[in-house]
Amino acid sequence: MADLDAFRSETRAWLEANCPAEMREPVRDEDDVYWGGRKATFKSAAQKSWFEACVAKGYTVPAWPKAYGGAGLDAAEAKILREEMSRIGARPPLSSFGIWMLGPALLKFGTEEQKVKYLNEIARGEIRWCQGYSEPGAGSDLVSMQTFGDDQGDHWVVNGQKIWTSYADAADWIFCLVRTDKTNKYQGITFMLFDMETPGVSTKPILLISGNSPFCETFFDDVKVPKDQFVGEINRGWDVAKYLLGHEREMISGAGGGDRNSAIGAAMLRHSGTLDPILRAELAMFDVDALAYNCMGERFLDEIKVGKAHPAQPNMMKYAGTELNKRRHELMMAAGGSRSLEWDSEETGGGKPSRNWLRTKANSIEGGTSEVMLNVISKRILDLPGA
Amino acid sequence: MPLYHDDDQAMLADSARQFMAEEGAINKQLRHWRDKGCKDGFGHELWKQFGEMGFTGILVAEDDGGLGLGNVEAGIVLEEIGRNLTPSPFLTSSVLAATALAQGSDDLRGRYLPGLLTGDSVFAVAIDEGAKHHPEAIKTKAEKSGNGFKLSGKKDFVIHGASADMIIVAARTSGGDSDADGLTLFAVPKDAAGLSQDAVKLVDSSVATHMTLDGVALAGDAVIGEVDGGRAVLNRMLNAGRIGAAAEGIGVARGAMDMTVDYLKQRKQFGKLIGEFQALQHRASHLYSEVEIARAAVIKAQQLLDAGSQKAELMVSVAKAKVGRTANLAVREGVQMHGGIGMTDEYDIGLYMKRDRALSEFLGDANYHTERVAQLNGY
Repeated sequence: MADLDAFRSETRAWLEANCPAEMREPVRDEDDVYWGGRKATFKSAAQKSWFEACVAKGYTVPAWPKAYGGAGLDAAEAKILREEMSRIGARPPLSSFGIWMLGPALLKFGTEEQKVKYLNEIARGEIRWCQGYSEPGAGSDLVSMQTFGDDQGDHWVVNGQKIWTSYADAADWIFCLVRTDKTNKYQGITFMLFDMETPGVSTKPILLISGNSPFCETFFDDVKVPKDQFVGEINRGWDVAKYLLGHEREMISGAGGGDRNSAIGAAMLRHSGTLDPILRAELAMFDVDALAYNCMGERFLDEIKVGKAHPAQPNMMKYAGTELNKRRHELMMAAGGSRSLEWDSEETGGGKPSRNWLRTKANSIEGGTSEVMLNVISKRILDLPGA
Repeated sequence: MPLYHDDDQAMLADSARQFMAEEGAINKQLRHWRDKGCKDGFGHELWKQFGEMGFTGILVAEDDGGLGLGNVEAGIVLEEIGRNLTPSPFLTSSVLAATALAQGSDDLRGRYLPGLLTGDSVFAVAIDEGAKHHPEAIKTKAEKSGNGFKLSGKKDFVIHGASADMIIVAARTSGGDSDADGLTLFAVPKDAAGLSQDAVKLVDSSVATHMTLDGVALAGDAVIGEVDGGRAVLNRMLNAGRIGAAAEGIGVARGAMDMTVDYLKQRKQFGKLIGEFQALQHRASHLYSEVEIARAAVIKAQQLLDAGSQKAELMVSVAKAKVGRTANLAVREGVQMHGGIGMTDEYDIGLYMKRDRALSEFLGDANYHTERVAQLNGY
């Protein structure tokens, strides 16, 4: 315990010295998030200095080994760092699908060479990754995907289309599920990695009901992928994908930390000046659920670190977390009244309330729908027949 | 502190689980005493066994002969009580009264704790006045009389009041009905002159009383804590009792859920196990999710209370409210998914529904605690 106490005070001092005040403000919009990559620019000097300090300390990926760009923190230390960052409201220095999704997959399935190269690039924010999973005909039923990689000896030639590729137009590389054996549904998929600048790769943003375009269609037209750019084993990419979906669900569920699901009633009262009694009651019921869910997030992280969590528990977290977030935005819209309907006014920061509200509707669709989550809980946790 | 049980707590959970499944089982206790028409609603032999197991003294300090453990440990026992619907005076005696007495004088602790530890004594608490829990306003009066006090008023929902050797009564020694200050807690012996109780059997076969205090004369040494300073003692007692009731509620919810999920795997209709129907799978999975979340809130609140955290009070209400709604969902879904058999007395699922209703009402229902969460959050 004494060691942990010492770690806490060191961490506190380090954060005090290295996290600029501006980086302790809540994230207000997409510009406030730093995603890294070849095309990235910093919004402010503070954002740059905070990011660089974290890279030097290994704190963009604190629990990864030092050899791969992390700080090698153990579970207890990582929790302390999270708590201390949360205490001062420090923003994450780097947001990235590389950290949340590809990294964990590489740590588990990657070769040493892949880990050293790709993980360090991710930790230093040099390469921004996107994820190529869904296809127009393969949403919830992901395994029916058709994008095909034709074996040409030392490379594959990939043809097909992905959809809902988050930020594909801003990404440098893609990790992508490609069918390499048409005769085997589950054991005929390879988890490939390739550069988005490879000839034959093109992207097209999709305009959403929120008026924003965070997702793309991604097209592959005779894309050459060298035969050493895959993770795990050839034709066994589904194992990697399933493992990685677990991480995606954790991320979407908000269990990764922060207080996204904290109580909102008091803020709504401050914002609106008054609350109708039934709205107040609904807010209070929401706050109970949100605060309880935060406890679950903490418990889940604690349990996962020591292998006590049920392996399918991320599905429950994802289900409950996303449904809660949708409810939160419904209530924020109700509390905001007609002001929150404004689509592009300055007062609403360009329609943030309504656009964010609409955005949350995807929470329970992306990364596995709520219905799929309930199917998985039925089958893997409750062991119900025929699930 | 991680939000799961440490090794010692896991060991306690194992022994509590085994003990309650064997000795506290529904047929052996709840149905047995109910069908006998027992006036206490629980078995004194079992209560003595609680003493032998050391459960009675979990929240009693080591210096007073107890185990000196915390609300997490008391909750472990309560969860198993809930799962087996085991009737016992554990919550009122070993959680509520023990927490109050811990703040009492050497004399009071010496008078009452030895009997609690062995399971020879039963204690109750008299807080509610009227049909809803509202301890913010207490009308029962305690007037100075010589070196002591005279108590007058009416109390309701005094669980185990009729079997109790001593009842902790919250009364007003000064100020108006809704003042925070001016409360005092008294340890009232069962045979005190002027104390009368009207016992009523409740829906879950537990027994409560309507209590009348008609000039009950008590010596000054019956005061627990400070005269006029009872609010702080009461709040500590309520925090422990509420999170204890929430822990028991989680046991009720998990017991009902497990029974229901098992039933989905056995019952066939339309040539299929009904658990194959997605309409039921999704409802069962949603229930699982709610129960897991509620349980996390309970453990968090227990840990915060044991650590003496400022945030404990809020989280206790979050947990009590969340468990209130979740256990209610579990028993409603339980009866519905059992179909016709769920309506029969022979089948246990209905007993879970009855217990949930009574337990949820005790020390504030989900609505009371939701309101409290709003107030503690400043709106």
